[in-house]
Amino acid sequence: MANPGAYIAGIFEHPTRLATDKSVAQLHAEVAAGALADAGLGKNDIDGYFCAGDAPGIGPLSMVEYLGLRVRHADSTDIGGSSPIAHVAYAAQAIAAGKCNVALITTAGRPRAAAEAPGTLTENPDYPENGFELPYRPLLAAGYALCARRHMHEFGTTSEQLAWIKVAASRHAQHNPNAMLRKLVTVEDVLASPMVADPLHRLDCCIMSDGGGAIIVTRGEVGKSLGRPLVRVRGSGESIKYQLGSHIDLTTTAGVKSGQMAYEEAGVTPADIKYLSTYDSFTITVLLALEDLGFCAKGEGGRFVEDGKLVSGVGRLPVNTDGGGLCNNHPAHRGGMTKVIEATRQLRGEAHPAVQVKNCDLAMAHGTGGMLDRRHGCATVILERE
Amino acid sequence: MSSQNPSRPSPMQTVETKPFWEASARGELLYGSCSACGEKHYYPRARCPYCLSDQVTWLAASGRGTIYSYSAVPRGNPPYVSAYVMLEEGVAVFTNIVECDPGDLSIGLAVELVFEKSRDGQPVAVFRPAS
Repeated sequence: MANPGAYIAGIFEHPTRLATDKSVAQLHAEVAAGALADAGLGKNDIDGYFCAGDAPGIGPLSMVEYLGLRVRHADSTDIGGSSPIAHVAYAAQAIAAGKCNVALITTAGRPRAAAEAPGTLTENPDYPENGFELPYRPLLAAGYALCARRHMHEFGTTSEQLAWIKVAASRHAQHNPNAMLRKLVTVEDVLASPMVADPLHRLDCCIMSDGGGAIIVTRGEVGKSLGRPLVRVRGSGESIKYQLGSHIDLTTTAGVKSGQMAYEEAGVTPADIKYLSTYDSFTITVLLALEDLGFCAKGEGGRFVEDGKLVSGVGRLPVNTDGGGLCNNHPAHRGGMTKVIEATRQLRGEAHPAVQVKNCDLAMAHGTGGMLDRRHGCATVILERE
Repeated sequence: MSSQNPSRPSPMQTVETKPFWEASARGELLYGSCSACGEKHYYPRARCPYCLSDQVTWLAASGRGTIYSYSAVPRGNPPYVSAYVMLEEGVAVFTNIVECDPGDLSIGLAVELVFEKSRDGQPVAVFRPAS
C-alpha cells in the first residue's frame, strides 16, 4: 500500500494571552473549533486525537469526552513543550497505518490567569530524580543557564550574542497584533534586564501566556479535497537526551538525532530549509538548536545569530516570525504548538506580509522540551508546500 | 558537621535511595559504579543505566571536585548557586555551591564536599570553594 501522505489541513492559534474568564477545557475546545473551521472540516470528521499533559484528565479521556469526539485512535505522549511537534509525526504515522484519517492535536492552558510558576516541579517521591534535585531548588531557568554558561566557556559565546535572539523575536513580534510583547528591544535592553539565573536575564526567558492552539492533520485525499494550500509532513524525528553523571555534556541537545532523522526521512539538508520555527523557551535553547540541526557548526551559534541574522528579510535564516515564545505566545508553558502553526502559515503564504519568507516551500518546526540540563525531549518535523 | 539551612527542601526518599541518605548522614556522598560494564553514574540507582546490570556498588566520593558549570540565582529567597560539580572520580553531580561570593566562581574552580541540613534535618551534599 502506498503511503497516503499526511497534510496539515487546519491550524488555529488562540488570540488570547490572558484567559481569566475561560477554563482549560474550554480553551482546548475553542482551539479545536478554530482549527476545524480553518480546515473546513466538522467535529465528526475527527477520528484521531492527540494531546499532552496540559490536557486535563487521564491522558486523552476527559478531553475526548468533553469535546464529544468519536475517535478510533488517541495518544497522549508527553515529552514536554515539544509534544505537539511529535504529535504531528505520530498523526502522520497513524494515518499511514490506517488508524485514522483526520487527527486533531490541541494545546491549551491558563498558567497566567492561575498565577502558576513555570517549571513547577511535581513533588512525587517516585520520580527517581526528585530526591537528588529538589533539595537544590532547581529553577528551570537556572538549568538552561548551566548550559549557556558551559557554551560560553567552551566556545566563547557571549551574552550579547544570546540577546540577539530576543532582538530578532521582537522585530518579528512588532508585526503580530496578538503578540504579548510587541515592543522592539535592543541588545542593551536584554543585558539591562534583571538577572534571573546568571548568565540568563529576564529578557532571555520566554513569556508566560494563556491560550493555546490546535492542528488538524489529514490523510492525503482528505487534505487534497479541502481547497486549502497543501502542507505535507515530509519528515520527522524524535529523541530524548539525559545526563548520567559520567560523560556529561551540556552543549549538545537531542536535536542532533531528531534533526538527522527528519532530514533523512525528508531527503533534504539544512541548506534546503527556507524557514525555521524552533522552541525558544530561553535564548540558549535557540542557539543550541541551530547548531544541532546543522544550520551552523557546533560552537558557531553565537556568530550565526548576531547582528540580526535571524530576522526575516534581512537575515540568513528567518526564525520564529510570529515573535516566538520570547515575545508572542507560550501557552500552557509549552511552545511546540505555535512552532508548527507559524511554519504552516509561512508555507501557505499566510504569515504577516512584513515577515513572510519569499518562495517558502520547505520549513522545519523543532522543539526542545523538559529540562535542558538534565533530561529533555526534542521533536522535529519538516513540512513542505505542494 | 552539618550546618542547618531552613530554606533547603528536604529530600524525598524511597526504599531504593535509603542507603544513600544514610550515607549522607555519615558525611559520605555516594555514586554508582557498575562492575559489569565499568561505567559510573549519578544519581546512584539499583541497576546500571548503561547496561541495566544489577552489579552496581555505591561508592563514597572523595569529596574533591571542580565546577563543571554554575548559575547564580540572585533573586532566590535566599539567593543561591546551582551547579554541576565534576567529582575527581569523573562523575558530575547536580548540586549547589555554598559559602561563596558568586562573583568569585568560575568553571574549573576546585571545590570540596560539605553537608547542609535540610528543613527536616537530613544532611544534603553541597560544595564550597576548596580551602
